[in-house]
Amino acid sequence: MTDAAFNFAYLDEQTKRMLRRAILKAVAVPGYQVPFASREMPMPYGWGTGGVQVTAACLVPEDVLKVIDQGADDTTNAVSIRKFFVKTAGVAVTEATADASIIQTRHRIPEHPLTEGQILVFQVPIPEPLRFLEPRETETRKMHELEEYGLMHVKLYEDIARHGAIATSYAYPVRVEGRYVMDPSPIPKFDNPKLDGNPALMLFGAGREQRIYALPPYTRAISLDFEDHPFRPTKADHACSLCGSATSYLDEVITDDRGGRMFVCSDTDFCRSRREAAE
Amino acid sequence: MYVAVKGGERAIDAAHAWLAEARRGDAAVPELTVAQIREQMTLAVNRVMTEGSLYDPDLAALAIKQARGDMIEAVFLLRAYRTTLPRLGASLPLDTAAMTVQRRISATFKDLPGGQVLGPTFDYTHRLLDFTLMAEGEAPRAPTAPIRDEPVPHVTTLLDQDGLIEATPPGEAEPGDLTRAPLELPADRALRLQALARGDEGFLLSMAYSTQRGYGRTHAFVGELRIGLVAVELFIPELGFSVEVGEVELSECETINQFMGSKTEPPQFTRGYGLAFGQNERKALSMSLVDRALRWQELGEDDVGAPAQDEEFVLSHADNVQATGFLEHIKLPHYVDFQAELELVRRLRREALPEAAE
Repeated sequence: MTDAAFNFAYLDEQTKRMLRRAILKAVAVPGYQVPFASREMPMPYGWGTGGVQVTAACLVPEDVLKVIDQGADDTTNAVSIRKFFVKTAGVAVTEATADASIIQTRHRIPEHPLTEGQILVFQVPIPEPLRFLEPRETETRKMHELEEYGLMHVKLYEDIARHGAIATSYAYPVRVEGRYVMDPSPIPKFDNPKLDGNPALMLFGAGREQRIYALPPYTRAISLDFEDHPFRPTKADHACSLCGSATSYLDEVITDDRGGRMFVCSDTDFCRSRREAAE
Repeated sequence: MYVAVKGGERAIDAAHAWLAEARRGDAAVPELTVAQIREQMTLAVNRVMTEGSLYDPDLAALAIKQARGDMIEAVFLLRAYRTTLPRLGASLPLDTAAMTVQRRISATFKDLPGGQVLGPTFDYTHRLLDFTLMAEGEAPRAPTAPIRDEPVPHVTTLLDQDGLIEATPPGEAEPGDLTRAPLELPADRALRLQALARGDEGFLLSMAYSTQRGYGRTHAFVGELRIGLVAVELFIPELGFSVEVGEVELSECETINQFMGSKTEPPQFTRGYGLAFGQNERKALSMSLVDRALRWQELGEDDVGAPAQDEEFVLSHADNVQATGFLEHIKLPHYVDFQAELELVRRLRREALPEAAE
């Protein structure tokens, strides 16, 4: 049942139109951050207001929605956002990646390969990949305009000089179609290869920072690296203790106070379906 | 033993129920009514209306009650409600010179047309706890005096007649709207003022204070602080004339600041402007000092590198709903990113200290 006090998916149609325009522009210029008039949502900034607005603008009544946080469907914020759309849009929800038409995510890309026609909506805290190198928006916009990404390469080089490796493990920047450098949101760099040439539409929403950007299907998104220090996705060197997967991204769980720990899939749907298939 | 974190939904529902119970406090103590908050916590209501950008004392009082007195949470509740409201039109510019003043003071002239009206102020009270309030004594009655039936022109208008203060001719440009368009920098003064009006009182207070202590000093005098009711008029195209649709209580502050002149302008005074809903003097004063500090470029002053001169810094960090949201979001799970960092640190340590490797 939809709560009759709200428009479908909470936002009024004018606002959704404004959002859709921004999304279309973002799709037309992959990796470019489109400013949009972000609205106050009934959840706090930092809780996924950008993702929620993008999802609200994309949803139609026939959609099947999946919401994950840290790869899991049952983390509190994923539950809260899913409930919000059940209440305001009345859409069907699922935990199965393959069954979802729209997936809103925080910090992960599902393990199950995405397909054409699916939309993956990322919640983005800081959309600007250059932000921690240059705090001023007026400056970073100019750097993107001029394709002036030298500072980023210097930062990566300094990492190698100091640590012998690039010391960025999440929110690892990518170059989109050889043009814009883009922050893929704080996904672990393990997930970065899934950005490249993915058949699904990937939309990124940053509510507080008022930016939307996109990777249309089959867009090239190359993680920044050097010839002699190629990009390497990493994960814990274990297999999942529950489903045995050796290829999925793992969460480390501390099991006692004597150093005991176990590793389990961060993607709960992936883990459960593997266990069910094994039975 | 690993226990899957299922049950997030039940945990959230239970937490909300607990919150509601905690909000009510001891059930043996009578519940606060919204009207009590509106009438007796007026300055809190004013702050919530100002930073929430919505003039509705009842809803602001409700937000304060629901937020358990957390002002930023109350501002957030009001803002989230405000975004759902349809826009029926834009009022005509308010005429604050025609304000029915309750309080009007000038720190620059001892006496002036309209007079000094002290009004309900804490300014000269001795800050001693009044224990009769604890004993819930009688409602105090204030003495009354006849209204001075004379116009109360702005102090800056009087200075303007002599050309002593910068002129501010009325502009035709429609001011921007932060709530309908993303903030793009540099912003014009109208947009900056809108951002400051919505900005956090504490943040603006500290910024204004920093200019007084030398970080971008602007030598502000309070030309005038006036508080009172102003009519809101809406032009109705079908009628061909404007109609008064209500009135709002406002605090308006105009500062008069020194200006040594430039190549094109002779020495004259300049202005800073602050406006807030209800009686909200600290906010209006702070806003006017920050407004003036942000105008350094337009007036050809030096950039001394003070935080209050930095438009991008001030405007990007003044909004407390944005700030608290982003600050508090670090309570949300970050297992995935932390795991990535753990792997990285372990690997770097293995390479740095091979003998200490696990």
